[in-house]
Amino acid sequence: MTPPYRYLEEIATADVAFEAWGATKEETFLAAADATLNTMVEEIGTVAPREHREISVAADALDLLLFELLQELVYHKDAGRLLLRVRELRIEETGGEYRLRAEGWGETIDPDRHGLLADVKAVTLHRLSVEKTPSGWRAVVVLDV
Amino acid sequence: MPVPSDVVRISDTVWEIPVSHKPGMLVPARIFATESLLSAFDDGVFEQITNVATLPGIVGHACCMPDGHWGYGFPIGGLAAMDPDRGVISPGGIGFDINCGMRLCLTNLGYEEVKPRLRLLVDRIAGRVPAGVGVEGTVRASRDEFREAVEQGARWAVKRGYGWKEDLERTEEGGCLPGADASRVSEKAIDRGYRQIGTLGSGNHYLEIQVAKAENVFDPDTARTFGIVLPDQVVVMFHCGSRGFGHQVATDYLRVFLAAMRAKYRIHLPDRELACAPFLSPEGQDYFAAMKCAVNMSFVNRQVILHRIREVFSEIFGKDPKDLGMRQVYDVAHNTAKIERHVFEGKPRELLVHRKGATRAFGPGMPGLPDVYRKTGQPVILGGSMETGSYLLAGVGTGDRTFFTTAHGSGRAMSRTAARKRYRGRQLQEQMEERGIYVRTASWSGLAEEAGPAYKNVDDVVEATERAGLSRRVVRLLPVGNVKG
Repeated sequence: MTPPYRYLEEIATADVAFEAWGATKEETFLAAADATLNTMVEEIGTVAPREHREISVAADALDLLLFELLQELVYHKDAGRLLLRVRELRIEETGGEYRLRAEGWGETIDPDRHGLLADVKAVTLHRLSVEKTPSGWRAVVVLDV
Repeated sequence: MPVPSDVVRISDTVWEIPVSHKPGMLVPARIFATESLLSAFDDGVFEQITNVATLPGIVGHACCMPDGHWGYGFPIGGLAAMDPDRGVISPGGIGFDINCGMRLCLTNLGYEEVKPRLRLLVDRIAGRVPAGVGVEGTVRASRDEFREAVEQGARWAVKRGYGWKEDLERTEEGGCLPGADASRVSEKAIDRGYRQIGTLGSGNHYLEIQVAKAENVFDPDTARTFGIVLPDQVVVMFHCGSRGFGHQVATDYLRVFLAAMRAKYRIHLPDRELACAPFLSPEGQDYFAAMKCAVNMSFVNRQVILHRIREVFSEIFGKDPKDLGMRQVYDVAHNTAKIERHVFEGKPRELLVHRKGATRAFGPGMPGLPDVYRKTGQPVILGGSMETGSYLLAGVGTGDRTFFTTAHGSGRAMSRTAARKRYRGRQLQEQMEERGIYVRTASWSGLAEEAGPAYKNVDDVVEATERAGLSRRVVRLLPVGNVKG
């Protein structure tokens, strides 16, 4: 199955840029989380759901909410040496404040099993966007690697 | 994007974009490049360097070095000096990898002596200096010890036996920015960093064994002062930064600045990645103190890595590192903001100098240089691609036009994604080996991304810095062994 994201060649020369999409905001956020993991790991299917972490982030704009979500994945990669796939993702909006809750499922980095690629340093705000399209939602993210 | 039509040619290596180019520009932007480098600059450099020129308090020019390319916020190769009293500090002008930098270490070995043991050296160094995604380092530090380390810088490592006292004076800022305050750093940053001391990282981070061939010595006198004295002398160069700790410090404050900039300081900028706050504001000062911790973490990291390299050489050649002549030439920082004293508009001034993917290059006689380099100017270590070679340069007196700043590498010319489509890591490794470069990598696709043609021609970049009066060539260094992060 073709994943719901693709890497962009034409922006941010030294970094990794991608667009991700889905029918809903939630699907689009999940796709962006997979695209971030896929920047670090060749086959995201090799990351087994052995451990989980609760993810709870908030922001006053949808694109910044995505920034916070992806940043959590980058944090766990260093702090716990954990690679995580995101599940059970819910976004709520109250009065212009967005809150996201999700579960991150994954396992400790294993260089023998996980074809490791680049170490993502950070999520940048460069060209960051989450927008509604005629067919659903689309996000653009640039990661510093 | 083609070169903007309003670019003014100041000389054959200096190009100016006037303030009329875009609303909000406070100073002109200047690009230091030959005409051919300029015409090959990628999309975004012109937009980004003119955005930098809109930052409150910027003085002189917003400058871009010859290896400049599209980054986020600032272009890579970007330089901006701010009036600290009325100007801003911007994490986007420093980058996430705070004090990513280069260190160069000598040996008194010739290539013929090293050649039979090259694979062993590279393999053993690769085992001793962990590289790749989420790796842990070889120095155990508690969270509190780590806090001490990031406040003390390289001195912390040397006190624990990782290196020599003289390494400190041969490190930019003596290996420690004073005023680093670990209480300004989040727990998350500590979580990410405290187990990563002594790790290389990935991406464009690498450790290289190189050879200084006699025909590649441009200035034998300066080369001698820098310690390059033998034909085919072997040296070790490496590039790495402040790892997850620095990345988290930058991320934390990007968030703080974004909120404060809009709500509190009412600064409006063309790119959120330029988020900033007045330098003298509480947010600005907190970030400055936290950023210094990340600068220091990076000095600690490179200090420990240097120690590991000395250990491995010592084991393999059965001699003490001192008897192998393993002195450090210098250590330069790429991604920083620092208060420096410069003569500006005829008067000595303190300025807050942001360098992002750019190297400080102090000229001869400037304060801050160790005595040994007072006459030559500061050694500048400029890393080229892993296939083509690197340079040891020296700072020059005419560098005042860029607040004594020069290029930091050859600069990417092709995106990572494009390079990965075009090159195959395993094949590249074989081709390099045929040409006498043995490379170890933590990631095949990561290796493909670093293929030589993904970068600008390092000789062109270095020549441009010399013609523009930013730095001068001392020695060109050829790679023979590479540990790629």
